[in-house]
Amino acid sequence: MAIRTLDVPLRDALPEERGWGGALWLFVRKNPLGAAGGLLMLLLILAAVFADVLATHNPIRTSSRVLVAPGAEFWLGTDNLGRDLWSRVVYGSRISLLVGVASTLLGAVAGGLVGLVSGYVGGKTDLLAQRLMDIMQALPILVLALVMAAALGPSLTNTIIAISVVIAPRAARVVRASVLAIREFVYIEAAHALGGGHGRVAFRHILPNTFGPFVVLVTAQLGGAILAEAALSFLGLGVPEPFPSWGRMLSIAAAEYATKAPWLVIYPGLAISLAVFGTNLLGDALRDTLDPRLRGS
Amino acid sequence: MRVYIFKRLVIAGVTLLGMSMLIFVLMRLAPGNITDMIFESAGYVDEADRRKLEAELGIDKPVPIQYVRWLGEFLRGDLGKSYRYDLPAWEVIKPRLPVSLELAVLALGFSVLLGVPAGVISAVRRGRPLDYVLRVLSLAGLSMPSFWLGMVVILLLVRSLGLIPSMTYVSPFENLGANLFQFLLPGLAVGYRSSALIMRITRSTMLEVLREDYIRTAWAKGQRETQVVWRHALKNASLPVVTLIGIEFAFLIGGLIVTETVFNLPGVARYLVDAIQVRDYPIVQNLVMLIAVVVVMANLTVDLLYTWLDPRIKYGKA
Repeated sequence: MAIRTLDVPLRDALPEERGWGGALWLFVRKNPLGAAGGLLMLLLILAAVFADVLATHNPIRTSSRVLVAPGAEFWLGTDNLGRDLWSRVVYGSRISLLVGVASTLLGAVAGGLVGLVSGYVGGKTDLLAQRLMDIMQALPILVLALVMAAALGPSLTNTIIAISVVIAPRAARVVRASVLAIREFVYIEAAHALGGGHGRVAFRHILPNTFGPFVVLVTAQLGGAILAEAALSFLGLGVPEPFPSWGRMLSIAAAEYATKAPWLVIYPGLAISLAVFGTNLLGDALRDTLDPRLRGS
Repeated sequence: MRVYIFKRLVIAGVTLLGMSMLIFVLMRLAPGNITDMIFESAGYVDEADRRKLEAELGIDKPVPIQYVRWLGEFLRGDLGKSYRYDLPAWEVIKPRLPVSLELAVLALGFSVLLGVPAGVISAVRRGRPLDYVLRVLSLAGLSMPSFWLGMVVILLLVRSLGLIPSMTYVSPFENLGANLFQFLLPGLAVGYRSSALIMRITRSTMLEVLREDYIRTAWAKGQRETQVVWRHALKNASLPVVTLIGIEFAFLIGGLIVTETVFNLPGVARYLVDAIQVRDYPIVQNLVMLIAVVVVMANLTVDLLYTWLDPRIKYGKA
């Protein structure tokens, strides 16, 4: 008889388990702004992936139909070289996303490793690494990126490197801070006691626990990276022609055609703003969810 | 306190020294040297002439010696020579300083005037529609490139009002009204972005302070909301805000670079871009170093101000 009671289905007693869909829905309900940001990001990614399908014209080919106003054939008009602006904006999402994601990841991983080693080893290594990071942060983001880009010369890869150098010290700070806290936990002592070497403890036991703040940092920096690329390209020191970069499109527009063809100013800038707005909204929501200490700030 | 100030000064010095090495190495990485640039327009280059010039400029010496020489000159206030203008660099920079300073001060003023009240209101109305509106507005400020915002505002002025802001620089001593009108827009464009950061930090520290006991006491005493919020709470919430304003002042320079270009203002930041584009590297090197000095000094001042404003902070432990 006693054994019979075990037949009661256990699931009924437990709260309903949430799958991925449920968790996503909860996030949407609790963070409507974050979800809107996620949607913007999704649109950006879709535009980048399906640029070939979405574009109505070749984004690079010039034509004699210059400065045509937005209409049925050219949805967002054409630029001073007769290139279709809609197609250029769509393809521009590839450049923005590529430079943004690549430079953020490169900078965050490099900086994160420095932070991990510096926080874990401590002592003189830590002091040296921290001073080095101080030095790199002693310049406004754009100034350092500008000098890096100037030293390396304008190209797609160099733009990515220049921006990642700016992001690295910020990542190092964040990861080091959480490593310092995690290092003191008892389970780290246990891992050492079980014979785990330094490398194993640092990478298997400490690193995974810095993931939360790391994700928050990456999303927060992504918007900054996209803005930095736009500014560098605007100044002619970022992604060179013929890549359709949003920042570069604005610099051509700014020169002469702003009043004659305002669409050249409005749409590329709107694209930058929306992309960055999306990452910022999502970044804020992720921070609230993953880093409860900062909730509500 | 003295030990603390001394320590901070040493750290600032070490940072600047490191910065100078970093910049120096970066500038050596750049393709081509000054002689290439000077001879570029000539087309034909005589190797002997070129050697002579290299010796004259001292760039035939080993890199460490060049570095020490440059550092010595920089410390003595010698900013080198601009090859583009054929003038001592300082002569080119000096008239540009007030332009950048005026723009930076205006932008900072706007950012505080917009950011602090918005942050306070948003904290007091937490979770209400007004809070959401202000937060979205501030995030939008962080998302728009300030140079684009500037361009759109110019466009709107031209299109709707037929106003064309002067594209040539007007000195405040010539015509103060025209000068202010000219600086208002770029100041707002740069200030809006900084105001967003100030609004966010004001909001989060206000939220913390509003939870404290003495605020509850103030409410319990029956004080009016304006008294409690703007006098008691804001006073204690202002410390992190002051810090951020100091840091922002330094980072405004980043915003100035592009904004001065868009609005065609002859400032220092614009000169940096020009110098990079014509590869006037000695000038780039000195300008960047100058900016680093300003940033490090701003941070140092804020740190010292902070300990002075909040006696709870222990000096020795930094």
